[in-house]
Formats: sequence, C-alpha cells, structure tokens
Amino acid sequence: MGERRIRVLVGKPGLDGHDRGAKTVASVLRDHGMEIVYTGLHKTPEAIAEIAVQEDVDVVGLSILSGAHMELFPRVREALGARGMEHVLLVGGGIIPKDDIAALEAAGFSKLFGPGTNTDDIANYIKAEMQKRWTKEGADA
Amino acid sequence: MASSDDLSGRLLAGERAALARLISWAENSDRRFPAALSSVYGRVGRAWRTGITGPPGAGKSTLVNELASTLRERDRTVGILAVDPSSPFTGGALLGDRIRMEDRTLDPGVFIRSMASRGSHGGIARATVDACDVMDAFGFDEILVETVGVGQAEYDVISAADHVVVVVCPGAGDGIQAMKAGLLEVADIIVVNKSDVPGAERLAMDLEEAVHLRTAGPRHVAAWVPPVVQCSAAKAEGMEALLDAVARHREYLQGGELEATRARKRAEQVQRVVSERLSEALWGELGYGALVKSFLDAGSTPYDVASDVLSRVLAGVPVAASGDRAGETGASAS
Ligand SMILES: Nc1nc2c(ncn2[C@@H]2O[C@H](COP(=O)(O)OP(=O)(O)OP(=O)(O)O)[C@@H](O)[C@H]2O)c(=O)[nH]1
Ligand SMILES: [Mg+2]
Repeated sequence: MGERRIRVLVGKPGLDGHDRGAKTVASVLRDHGMEIVYTGLHKTPEAIAEIAVQEDVDVVGLSILSGAHMELFPRVREALGARGMEHVLLVGGGIIPKDDIAALEAAGFSKLFGPGTNTDDIANYIKAEMQKRWTKEGADA
Repeated sequence: MASSDDLSGRLLAGERAALARLISWAENSDRRFPAALSSVYGRVGRAWRTGITGPPGAGKSTLVNELASTLRERDRTVGILAVDPSSPFTGGALLGDRIRMEDRTLDPGVFIRSMASRGSHGGIARATVDACDVMDAFGFDEILVETVGVGQAEYDVISAADHVVVVVCPGAGDGIQAMKAGLLEVADIIVVNKSDVPGAERLAMDLEEAVHLRTAGPRHVAAWVPPVVQCSAAKAEGMEALLDAVARHREYLQGGELEATRARKRAEQVQRVVSERLSEALWGELGYGALVKSFLDAGSTPYDVASDVLSRVLAGVPVAASGDRAGETGASAS
C-alpha cells in the first residue's frame, strides 16, 4: 500500500557544468530509499522552484561548484518562497567556505555540506530531519 | 494540516501546488484522498488521456516533450505523468524522465509530475489513474502518461489511457520480437521513433506487416487498425503525423466505444481498490498471517490452508475467532 517516501529535488542552479557530485548524491539518496528528481544542469532559481512545486518534494538539495552559491542559493530560497514552498527542507553542497556556510545557515538553509562530506551523512541527516517533521505532523493531525 | 475540502477547493481554483499535493496524497494512500477526489469528481472526464509506452530508451520522454510542444502550439494545455521504476530492494527511485522535458517547466499550460512505480509491475504506479483524475479535474485538455520502460508483458497503461501509443526504435529487436510482444496488441498507434537512424524504415515495414497479419485474421473483431507512424523525437519530426493518428483514433472512439470503454475502466479501478483493501485487511497487522503460519507449521499444504482461509473469509469469520480455533482446525487439516 502507499507508504510515504521522502521526495528530493537535486538541483544545479547557475552555469557550472559539473554534475558528477550532484549525480553521486542523487544515487546515494536513492539507495537510502528516497525518490529523487534530478533537474539537470543550468537551471534558473525560478525553474528549480517550479519543479519543486510540481513534484511536491519534501527536500530541495542544491549543488554548486562555480563559487556563485552566495548569489544563487538565496535566490532559489526566494523563488521557493514566492511559490509557497518555504516548508521544504533546504540543503546545499559544493565548494563552500566555512564563513559562507554559517551565513547561508543563518539565512534559512537547514544545512550546508562542504567539501569532503560523506554522502551517507547527507542521507542520514535528511532522513532524521524528515522523521522529525513527519512525527510532528502526525501529532498535529 | 490541510483538510480535503481546502485542498480540493484550491485545486478547482487552479492552484498548482494543490494539484501536486493531491497527487502525493494519492501516491501515499493518504486517508484524505478519497474525500478530496469525490468533491472534484464532477469535473473528471473532460481530458483526453494518452499513454506512451515502449521499451527502455525508445525515446518516450523525448517524444512526450515534443508532443507537449506541438500541443501547446495548438493551444492545448497538457498534464504529464512520467513513471520510472522504484528499486525493488531499497524502494528508492531516480526519476529521470523529466530531464528531457525541461523546455516546458515554466510554461503555465504544462504540468509535469514524476512518479515512482512503488512496487507495481505493470508499467505504471498504483496511483497513476488517481493522478490522471486529479489532473483531469484541474482542467488540462490533454494528459500524457509515460510508462516505465517496459518489456513484453507490462501493459497496465491501458487502464489509464484512452489511447495507447507504443514507441519502438530500430536496433532493439526485429519484427518477430515485436509480434511476440503483447505490447503490439495493446497499441492503438505504433510509433517507430528515431527515424533518423538506419533501420527505421525496415522496422516500420515489419511492424505494418505484423499489424496486417493480426488484424486481417478472423479473430480480429475491432474495426480499428493501428497505424504505424515514423517519428524522430530528437529532431522534432513526425509530431503532426502522430497527432493526426491520435485524432483519428479519437474520432473512432467517439463513434462508438468511448463511454463504454471508460466505464469499464472505472469498474476495473473499483476492482483494484477493493483488492488492495482486501489484501490489506487479510494480510495486514490484524490479518490472517499468524493463522496461516500455524496451519503450515502443523503440516497442511498451501492449498489446504488457502481453502481454509478462504472459507473463513467468505463466511465472515473474524480473524480473532479464527485465531481461537487455529490449533483445532490446523490439526484437522493436516
Ligand atoms: N537518434 C535519435 N535519438 C533519440 C531520438 N529520440 C530519443 N533519442 C535518444 O534516445 C535516448 C533515450 O531517450 P528517452 O527519451 O530518455 O527514452 P525513454 O524511452 O524515455 O527512456 P526510459 O524512460 O528510460 O525508458 C536519449 O539519448 C535520447 O536523446 C530520436 O528520434 N533519434
Ligand atoms: Mg523516459
């Protein structure tokens, strides 16, 4: 019967053309039992937010290697908000310096994963957060 | 937490997030879904539903993307459901069809939803028909359903679609393979995609031959003969011809079978829901599992145990009462 699954959008905003990292994360999350929608390269913040709406994802994970994260990550967050998707668990990863991680986490991202993160840690973080949210939802119902 | 009334109201007001959430409810067997569906059900039945099926990599997603573009040029709105397989081991899924449809993401006349098969083996998901219904109620003119890449025996898409388009391409088996596959028999329209690569012409001829052999025979009663259409989805060629074929099939259905066929599919949907709930009741937490185990442990054959369970179910014996007598009957059955 219908068992609830964690749905994740793995998005690549901006111009950088490297998606091996995003694809690796996508397949690890899949192996942890999640349903992954991968957007492909070069997505605008608006396109990512619109995909999140249509796919009704629980999690949006962004990956950037170009260094444009301080510009693009907040824009994705705004685009999500503009479409009523501020409830998603928002995470990001890539080559992101410590200071930027702190700044983004202060600006509404739940968690940023810097270089060298173990991909299983990402999966386990998402599972734990979603577990909390669903438990709370159940209690509210 | 959203109630079913809120959500169906928002759906009818044209809110895309509400459509997306209702599809999730259907997928998750959320207990609020049936009420939400019933309050929008009056609006269901206006969309045309086209199923796109065929082997892995035949070009279904690319074709759906081009079809959607052509339909948009004709001012038709399009809802797309793209099903990809779930892993039988982890339950996870990489939903990759939509990558080929990204041209259409920001088009307000198009809505694309990826769906994992979640344990269904017929090429679509359990919730696919429900998702089509809510897209229909939302008001799309056309609904396109892409199945998982199928082999020779998965054709549940029939139950979700008015038209079944089977997409094949050169290099994936010859005409004999095509005749063997029941896939050809479910096709209302056959597309030979990748007409830009060698072998397409030959495959199209083989398929026409196969269709002819089948439909010319005395056992073929329906008046519809599936046309074979050559396309190159990658080059956006052949879409007009395909849509013409769809239009002809549409006229054919409207000339007779449409309402009866849709009614029959509704009845099948009821059967599926009853079977699912029955299965849940029989084998869920409060079901007959323990009883079956005790009978088998006592040495009964699977058939004897099955007969025993069935007679209890049909006689309306509650599981709890059955449990009390498990030892006794288990012994007599052995
Ligand atoms: N040469 C050529 N290649 C095509 C054509 N249509 C699709 N392709 C290519 O075929 C490959 C598979 O295309 P998809 O559209 O993903 O095929 P699919 O049937 O949706 O695949 P699954 O969903 O995985 O079963 C891609 O590399 C496409 O670019 C075509 O008309 N000509
Ligand atoms: Mg596909």
